[in-house]
Amino acid sequence: MSADSMTAQPGPATAEPAYAGPRARRRNNSLTWGIVGWVVGILFFFPVLWMVLTSFKTEAQAYTNTPTLIFSPTLSQYKTVFSSGLWPYVANSAFATIVSTILVLALATPCAFALSLRPVKKTRDVLFFFISTKMLPVVAAIIPIYIAARDLHMLDNIFTLVILYTAMNLPIAVWMMRSFFLEVPGELLEAAEMDGAPLRRTVVEVILPLVAPGLAATALICCIFSWNEFFFAVNLTATRAATVPVFLVGFISSEGLYFAQLAAAATVATLPVVLAGWVAQRQLVRGLSFGAIK
Amino acid sequence: MAEVTYDHATCIYPGAERPAVNALDLAIGDGEFVVMVGPSGCGKTTALRMLAGLEEIDDGSIRIDGKDMVGVPSRERDIAMVFQNYALYPSKTVGENMGFALKMQGVDSGERARRVREAARLLDLEDFLDRKPRNLSGGQRQRVAMGRAIVREPKVFCMDEPLSNLDAQLRVSTRTQIAELQRRLAVTTVYVTHDQVEAMTMGDRVAVMRLGQLQQFTSPTELYDRPANVFVASFIGSPAMNRFDGVLESGGVRAGNALLRPSDQQLHAAQGHGKLVVGIRPEHLSVGGSGELTVKVALVEDLGSDSFIYGSLADDAGSSIIVRSGREHPRPGEVIKVGVDASHLHLFDADSGERVGD
Repeated sequence: MSADSMTAQPGPATAEPAYAGPRARRRNNSLTWGIVGWVVGILFFFPVLWMVLTSFKTEAQAYTNTPTLIFSPTLSQYKTVFSSGLWPYVANSAFATIVSTILVLALATPCAFALSLRPVKKTRDVLFFFISTKMLPVVAAIIPIYIAARDLHMLDNIFTLVILYTAMNLPIAVWMMRSFFLEVPGELLEAAEMDGAPLRRTVVEVILPLVAPGLAATALICCIFSWNEFFFAVNLTATRAATVPVFLVGFISSEGLYFAQLAAAATVATLPVVLAGWVAQRQLVRGLSFGAIK
Repeated sequence: MAEVTYDHATCIYPGAERPAVNALDLAIGDGEFVVMVGPSGCGKTTALRMLAGLEEIDDGSIRIDGKDMVGVPSRERDIAMVFQNYALYPSKTVGENMGFALKMQGVDSGERARRVREAARLLDLEDFLDRKPRNLSGGQRQRVAMGRAIVREPKVFCMDEPLSNLDAQLRVSTRTQIAELQRRLAVTTVYVTHDQVEAMTMGDRVAVMRLGQLQQFTSPTELYDRPANVFVASFIGSPAMNRFDGVLESGGVRAGNALLRPSDQQLHAAQGHGKLVVGIRPEHLSVGGSGELTVKVALVEDLGSDSFIYGSLADDAGSSIIVRSGREHPRPGEVIKVGVDASHLHLFDADSGERVGD
């Protein structure tokens, strides 16, 4: 009798795995998912790690054919980046991001409130209309936008970007905020009404504290999208209103020589978003899982 | 404190086949505790929400102290409501929850704190004033919801199944607390429940509703002793009233093989009614006794103090009958004789379901 046929035979030996089966399977499952999680996590994180590491190398080290992980770090690339006129770009990005995010929240919150807590017959159509604006490729809209901006003498103007970023993020913000408002029990609004609260006080005192995590999550998403936006910025700005992503492109030369410098600039450009994400982490996780966990 | 009058009040939800509340007439006295009771979908909650201003009054009117409330927003009606799920503000503390309505009225913070403390003392909530609702038990949350209502000293309390989320034991104790509190505060109260025990034990008067229509509005005792129709008879009382098909004969009403003898007044009133429904409560049947009915026992529910015998009439296997018995009771499968206390027979018209006679 071969070893194979022996193992295939049912007998008392198989009874034990059958008894311990579900627990063992669960353990195996969680191990598999753990490995998958780590692999995906590393896949996402590795390019970022590589970028940060490269930013501390010299250009020569960045170019070694067998990339090296052990090197003596230098801050020279950062010195170059900071001395090459980065700050006006950061200021433009920060202005466009902060102002557009405030505008988006100011417009999306009442809009989402109405669409979720005071729905009317055509609410679904309105919602679809909002999201349908995101279906149009930006490339298709850039020429009319460019001509409009030119005719209004708003090319290379930071307020053009503020308006565009507001418009760009508004549909997403309305949808996100709506999903948070939908979680607010209707009875709370009725209770506030019975308690004699006018709508403004109801929103400020009862609803906003409840949807604050959602508001934070929405704000962060808007910040990320605005901060990283490149297409409008590169096409509609030149020197006065250019943003950080446009500045970054300046480091890509046709010879591809300045890898370490580019990595340092990219790291600097990423930092504000990472910091904002870190600060808003708790709110963000609560906000993004708001619909799932009551 | 106020009188509340429903005058043909009607509410129709868009697209609904029938009105949720159909021409409801109720006159609720000052300081009275009225319970609206009925099965799911009977319109009791809608009727309450119409009073609170949370549903439109499509026809008729509701008046508080004679003032028509049609078109008056909730916040101007001076009504406090206790919701089924309490609807406490999660981001506010117990004290802030209770004082919110006063804050909206512009009551200064000192007076507000005094009234909140007073209500908290009444409800045994003084130690919890700084806690958030999520840190309270179900019973405590329920008391906060009550506190939020009483701190306002409103004209009317509306309570929408406020005990339905509590466990059975807590429900019984809270039931008596609410009833006692209402008597002490003497604020007109409309209380909605699907639990007929709550209705019978708490209300000065009970409004039984079905399919949007008021079936009967009277005191709990009257409701139990003289149900206006078959629906009320079957809904009020636990276990439900026994009901048999009956036909008027000379000297009585025949139900199956038994000839039952209601009062002369009932027999006189039953003249001209073709088919009848005869009703008798389980406690008005007795094992042995005069032995008019022959019952085959299917199941015995022993409650300790007494027991309920479930079975069917021996000559009609499709019928069902419940008999209250003492601690001595027959076994399932036995055939027993059951006596009827004819002075407690109820007669209803089989077609209309309405009560016949006194």
